[in-house]
Amino acid sequence: MTDVAVPITTRKDWSSDQDVRWCPGCGDYSILAAMQSLLPEMGVRRENTVFVSGIGCAARFPYYMNTYGMHSIHGRAPAIATGLAVTRPDLDVWVVSGDGDALSIGGNHLIHALRRNVNITILLFNNQIYGLTKGQYSPTSEVGKVTKSTPFGSLDTPFNPVSLALGAEASFVARTHDMDRKHMQEMFRRAHDHRGAALVEVYQNCNVFNDGAFDEVTGKATREEMLIPLEHGQPIRFGADGHRGVRMNEQGHLSLVEVADLGEQALLVHDEARPDPDLAFALSRLARGPHEPTPMGVFRAVERPDYGSQVDSQLLDAQARKGPGDLEALLRSGTTWTVD
Amino acid sequence: MTSTTESTHGTNQKIQHVDRVVIRFAGDSGDGMQVTGDQFTNESAIFGNDLSTLPNFPAEIRAPAGTMAGVSAFQVHISDHDILTPGDAPNILVAMNPAALRANVGDLPVGGTIVLNSDAFDERALGKAGYTADPLTDGSLSSFKVYEVPMTTLTIEACKPTGARPRDAERSKNFFALGLVSWLYQRPTDVTEQWIGVRYGTNQIVVDANRLAFRAGYNFGETAELFDSVYEIAPAEHEPGTYTNITGNTALAWGLIAAAQLGGVSIFLGSYPITPASDILHELSKHKNFGVRTLQAEDEIAGIGAALGAAFGGALGITTTSGPGIDLKAETVGLAVSLELPLLIVDIQRGGPSTGLPTKTEQSDLLHAMFGRHGEAPVPIVAAKTPAHCFEAAIEAVRIALKYRTPVYLLSDGYLANGSEPWRLPAIEDLPDISTTFAPAPIATGPGDGEGGTNGTVPAPIFQPYERDPVTLARPWALPGTPGLEHRIGGLEKEDVTGDVSYDPINHEKMVHLRADKIAGIARDIPLVELDDEGGDARVLLLGWGSTYGAIAAAVRRIRAVGKSVAQAHLVHLNPFPSNLGEVLGSYERVIVPEGNLGQLTKLVRADFLVDARLLSRVQGTPFRVAEIERVVLDALAELEGLAGLDDHAKEESR
Ligand SMILES: Cc1ncc(C[n+]2csc(CCOP(=O)(O)OP(=O)(O)O)c2C)c(N)n1
Ligand code: SF4
Ligand SMILES: [Mg+2]
Repeated sequence: MTDVAVPITTRKDWSSDQDVRWCPGCGDYSILAAMQSLLPEMGVRRENTVFVSGIGCAARFPYYMNTYGMHSIHGRAPAIATGLAVTRPDLDVWVVSGDGDALSIGGNHLIHALRRNVNITILLFNNQIYGLTKGQYSPTSEVGKVTKSTPFGSLDTPFNPVSLALGAEASFVARTHDMDRKHMQEMFRRAHDHRGAALVEVYQNCNVFNDGAFDEVTGKATREEMLIPLEHGQPIRFGADGHRGVRMNEQGHLSLVEVADLGEQALLVHDEARPDPDLAFALSRLARGPHEPTPMGVFRAVERPDYGSQVDSQLLDAQARKGPGDLEALLRSGTTWTVD
Repeated sequence: MTSTTESTHGTNQKIQHVDRVVIRFAGDSGDGMQVTGDQFTNESAIFGNDLSTLPNFPAEIRAPAGTMAGVSAFQVHISDHDILTPGDAPNILVAMNPAALRANVGDLPVGGTIVLNSDAFDERALGKAGYTADPLTDGSLSSFKVYEVPMTTLTIEACKPTGARPRDAERSKNFFALGLVSWLYQRPTDVTEQWIGVRYGTNQIVVDANRLAFRAGYNFGETAELFDSVYEIAPAEHEPGTYTNITGNTALAWGLIAAAQLGGVSIFLGSYPITPASDILHELSKHKNFGVRTLQAEDEIAGIGAALGAAFGGALGITTTSGPGIDLKAETVGLAVSLELPLLIVDIQRGGPSTGLPTKTEQSDLLHAMFGRHGEAPVPIVAAKTPAHCFEAAIEAVRIALKYRTPVYLLSDGYLANGSEPWRLPAIEDLPDISTTFAPAPIATGPGDGEGGTNGTVPAPIFQPYERDPVTLARPWALPGTPGLEHRIGGLEKEDVTGDVSYDPINHEKMVHLRADKIAGIARDIPLVELDDEGGDARVLLLGWGSTYGAIAAAVRRIRAVGKSVAQAHLVHLNPFPSNLGEVLGSYERVIVPEGNLGQLTKLVRADFLVDARLLSRVQGTPFRVAEIERVVLDALAELEGLAGLDDHAKEESR
């Protein structure tokens, strides 16, 4: 099979025959389109591609991909994908999850999949709301969010998914948004090509229950001054003509500065491959929410052995030492005696 | 049962030939009683006795030393004939401290033997055990034969040549006790001497100390003239074959490994540690050379989730747990019902509710396995009946899972898990073929690659993930990686045949019925329930499931031994029931169901067959006693015969 060239496919080949049932105008459509048009370009096979999801609007994603897929139960997709990826290293396993699915009910599975570095690619569609259950606040909603379940405003401090992933020892963490297909595709491709667990947070607009949550950062009109592109090896600059930048002081604190005031050499040069996650974490804290200039791109991409490969090398090692499993010998491995 | 012969042993000890004995070793959790019991068991197994064991330990790893809470015990029943239970009550109790004595003496029948470590009976220890008076002097033990042996002093003395400090040497006193009891029952000593070398091999001082203590115990028996006789229990008549002594958890783990080989699939175990199931995770983790992958998951939900994910990819997905973990897995079991993928859920039942009695046995998860999911979500259930039977039960559960593409519950319990018995090793070639097949890649007829229908190519048929086998109603197992079988599955209701999401009411009802019919149809593919009704004239039937098998069968023997009739039927398959069960139940005037819960099987058979099944319940964290089952049957017989009260035999036997 491996000798046979990957068939040339088009977006149509990757689209299933199921009617897409998201609300018109939902950001999920553009993410789906980005994926369906990216995969034909990536030289991967449909039969080797699996999308696993939990529950939520986002989690309907696998039904629309003409690949293998499993729409599972709320929050558990990272765990299910772990079992699949560990037993089937030949597959590309993607996880599609929402902010409630990944960070509330499934938070435990998410952090453990990341720390184990299971070879899966996790897309977290963050719309800062529970879409499917019609608009309750989520673990990424801003404090004070008024929803049906919080008529007087929500009280709990939100998670920052990128910070959380970095804290969970993730080896690849990126952020993108549903208004920029090219950027999404670049992030998805990078995440896919990363060996080990990769998490991509996707700012996704829920136009029904939380419309415009990310407009300031992702909207065409304001994006230039509000979105900080992260590029490996480059000084971190943004704004019209890159007039603003990110600076780190002696205490390691990051701040936004005018480049004209300090010169480009004073800016922080982005290094996604830094072994320690400190700087990536600091970058993830730069904006307290999508109403402040917000970094987008790859925060961290480091090499670390992936879980499945290590499991397999233990298997091979055991076979080399003990030989392939011999049932007869196993049954006789304790003390035995014979009755004639 | 005991015959004293005139022969003498050593100086002037008599040899008594007995047909069976029940010994209980009891001490502090830190005293090594489980090791002692295990080793005595090994000696007896190799000697050729039949045996059955019952470990009993506290949930705390190191409860305060010397307290009742910290007492750990191991009971072993050895005999010269085939036995079925670890024994209702010990004949001899070895007590390493006052707490061990106090916690166990109540189980000892009048006239029973106590061997105790008299060094441990100081005022402080007595106080910790809750004794207000010294039982060695207050006459409270007068109905027993008591042997006081200063085990600590003798052990320290014996270990002097090793140079071990007394505090360390003292830790070998369990081997002194083992040596003494090994002498008392004339066990072979080389087994233990060798085993000590292997087990403690890296630490020569410990090896030496344990061996010296063991020999000292043995020699003490022979020379101290404390005991007036030794006991001999002849080897049992076993069917020819090779035997090993095995616990339920090990047998279960080996059964899974065998099942994977027989099924042509590889094991993926997702599990979170929990007593008394952890040993299966431990055992399977050792056997990576069989291609066994084990994941210690972040919780029980992840454990079963990962197993289900692995099943989607074509592995034998397994998860192992006990009560609290079973609660957590329910939602994923339901998903597996909907996905119709093979999956094995192993529940080693323990006392509940909640954390309950983590180290004690119970049979109280049957209805959970049967109904513990939302919606109509039928799951086949297989239950092991003895420690060694866990091997066969595991293979049977996997067979059903693979063949019917369904999650299957395999029930064992704390008693089977840790209890052991000799097991005649099966011949590998006699094990069933349970191999399964995966859906093949579809083939286009005519030229082309099956991707499109252009240029005269007849495309391969579109894959229908929910098209069922007409006999089993199982759907195809189509593995990712197979070109042309790309499909999506999920927990939303599926359209019959196509597997597309469907909210159609009629389709839903059809799917609910199809899933139910598939599981119900397994009844055609499992053995009839075996009925043991020797004379064919019994009026009372004992119906059991799971680990009550031994106690029920032993009770049946006793009842028959006094010339009365009783029948026994034991269920291994609890969902679906064997197809003849209703008929069997209907042919007895009285059906009695001994079970370790408040009537879970009883409720099921009453509901399914409208029989007046009567419950005999025991929920004390320990297995049934033979005598209690015997008594209830004799009562029932008396009632049926219109006699009042018990006959003499029953009175005597109920001790
Ligand atoms: C165990 C369980 N609890 C609750 C639900 C109900 N539920 C479905 S989706 C959802 C929240 C989804 O929010 P999110 O993950 O953010 O996805 P979105 O719909 O916003 O894409 C909830 C609470 C469920 N399906 N299962
Ligand atoms: S509710 Fe929101 S997230 Fe869900 S489909 Fe509609 S717009 Fe999209
Ligand atoms: Mg959401």
